[in-house]
Amino acid sequence: MKKEARILLSHGGGGKLAHQLIRELIIPNFSNPILNRLDDSAVFNLKGRLAFTCDSFVVKPLFFRGGDIGRLAVFGTVNDLAVMGAKPVYLSVGFIIEEGLEIKILEKIIRSMKRAAEISQVRIACGDLKVVEKNSADQIFINTNGIGVIESEVEITSSNAKGEDKIIINGFIGDHATAVMSARGDYKLKTPIRSDCAPLNEMIQKILKVCKNIHVMRDPTRGGVATTLNEIAISSNVEIEIYEDRLPIREEVKGFCEILGVDPLYMANEGKVIIFAPPKESEKILRVMQRHPLGRNASIIGRVTKKSKHPKVLIRTRIGSLRILDMLSGEQLPRIC
Amino acid sequence: MKYIDEFRNKRIAEKILNEIKKIKIERVNLMEVCGTHTVAIFKSGIRNLFPKNINLISGPGCPVCVTSQSDIDQMISLVRNKNVIIATFGDMVKVPGTTSSLEKEHAKGSNIRIVYSASDALEIAKLKKDKKIIFLAVGFETTSPSVASVIEDAKKEKIDNFSIYCNHKLIPPAMKAILEAKELNLNGFICPGHVSTIIGSRAYEFIARDYRIPCVISGFEPTDILESILMLLRQISQKKAEVQIQYRRAVKPEGNKLAQRILKRVFEIDDADWRGLGIIKKSGYRLNKKYQEFDAKYKFKIKEKKSEEAKGCLCGQVLRGTRNPNQCKLFGKKCTPENPYGPCMVSSEGTCSAWYKYNQ
Repeated sequence: MKKEARILLSHGGGGKLAHQLIRELIIPNFSNPILNRLDDSAVFNLKGRLAFTCDSFVVKPLFFRGGDIGRLAVFGTVNDLAVMGAKPVYLSVGFIIEEGLEIKILEKIIRSMKRAAEISQVRIACGDLKVVEKNSADQIFINTNGIGVIESEVEITSSNAKGEDKIIINGFIGDHATAVMSARGDYKLKTPIRSDCAPLNEMIQKILKVCKNIHVMRDPTRGGVATTLNEIAISSNVEIEIYEDRLPIREEVKGFCEILGVDPLYMANEGKVIIFAPPKESEKILRVMQRHPLGRNASIIGRVTKKSKHPKVLIRTRIGSLRILDMLSGEQLPRIC
Repeated sequence: MKYIDEFRNKRIAEKILNEIKKIKIERVNLMEVCGTHTVAIFKSGIRNLFPKNINLISGPGCPVCVTSQSDIDQMISLVRNKNVIIATFGDMVKVPGTTSSLEKEHAKGSNIRIVYSASDALEIAKLKKDKKIIFLAVGFETTSPSVASVIEDAKKEKIDNFSIYCNHKLIPPAMKAILEAKELNLNGFICPGHVSTIIGSRAYEFIARDYRIPCVISGFEPTDILESILMLLRQISQKKAEVQIQYRRAVKPEGNKLAQRILKRVFEIDDADWRGLGIIKKSGYRLNKKYQEFDAKYKFKIKEKKSEEAKGCLCGQVLRGTRNPNQCKLFGKKCTPENPYGPCMVSSEGTCSAWYKYNQ
């Protein structure tokens, strides 16, 4: 296949060009016995309780510091499985491509997905590729589904936060949105910040080995930490208090947010997990996190204060006052994942 | 020096608060006349730390909010011109006009671009020679010098497909209008920091002299605002009325002379229509004769048309400081950031939006 070539409508038409694309680009990169059969469905055996999830990726630009749409599409779905306590096993991948996309861009994305799948130890079991007319999509959109196995006896759900729970996060917040927003170039602000885009499954499996008593586990992606905490408060009917001075935020991200008037608490993360656990367990979790490369800057950022019929999240500000920390609302943010 | 953490230091804040509590004083009404102050006050939770006798009132300090309904409707109607691209700050997009909004027009296919400065809009004009670019120029003295400078560039570079819908406003005349209306028993003004970097502290001297109201120009961090309030309380308790600068790292008495010269070259002072306050004499800018060709109102022959504000919306009173957002029947029920009735709920610096987000 010529590297300067572009995707044509017939690449998605199921005919010869489509077959060539699958044979020369998809199979060599995603190769595994289940996918290679190229049947209408992937067929496999799995034992135990399963977790099943779905996510779509429309990030602009396609490439940014620390990641790209392909990495996001793999890690995003891996993380959605991981935070349920599941070990991710298989992914499906659907591409929707705008006619005219350079094939070398598609190849770069596919190679990135291959590496991401290897790092997070999942297999791409099935896939699909469609091409739409020019201006009917923005370059490329990717949809991934994932299946994972929940091996331990854990019962993790957003509605399980309990009074006294401590709230732990594995590191700096706001990095992903900062990296993507500065890569867009709209703001003429350049930052050295890289996206935190990473697979959380390995670290989470280590945590689950030492602590079975995790009440809630969520990855604060779109809407950021503030929105995720509000969702948990509502599902569990609890009041949450977080401490502004304990939030891990890089100086560069603070500066970026100050200039643009946005709040890191509402900015998307792609390699962060928030855990609610009883006080005793929380210290153990913190130690496991801090020993792992993805959790070196882990911190206990707050606690559940009480059960409540009026669930809410409060933030203890740096100067010692207490105010509401609402869900993301009415704000305009570009496509970040 | 880190410019964020030092000014959010808890120990310094507590020290200032103790000083504030030492001042024995009756109930005082202090008004902040800057949307950025409003947000900073709510976000840091300053209000909850004060003794109850200190009442903070938000004034007409958000440029999007003070834009009159007539101007909003005129701006929206500009999309009906052929081959037009509207370039605007993001906050403007959701503001509801009488029958539509820029957001709705965008969904119908109008070409509306969000930009972060007038120079971004000028760049679009240079790239899209076949289109007419109209920049919606809203803002106080902080924004107007950069717009003026872009207009000078456009003239120099002969970019004839660029114009602005000029809606720039001046802060001191609005403060005067609030005092003249005598609706509030104000005891002090927290004056805007960034506006004052341009106009200087001298611009407020008439308020201290003629109305005997103390003024303190404040920075935007929590300890800045606390210190400014302390300075105001000290003046009030000593029965003084002066203009003081707390935000000394940015503001000088004479202001920014270079910016003032650019403003003079490009704009002339005109009456302006404010939401809530009506027409205030000599409270806005329009492009002067030399730069008339860049005035969208002139270029597109826009006729003045008066529009009515949404029924039940108290944005006008909120901007005058006579009502709090939670006294509006629409607040938090029909009117939310997702479905705003008035501009004070739309803009990130609007008083209703700040109350909704941080103070429900």
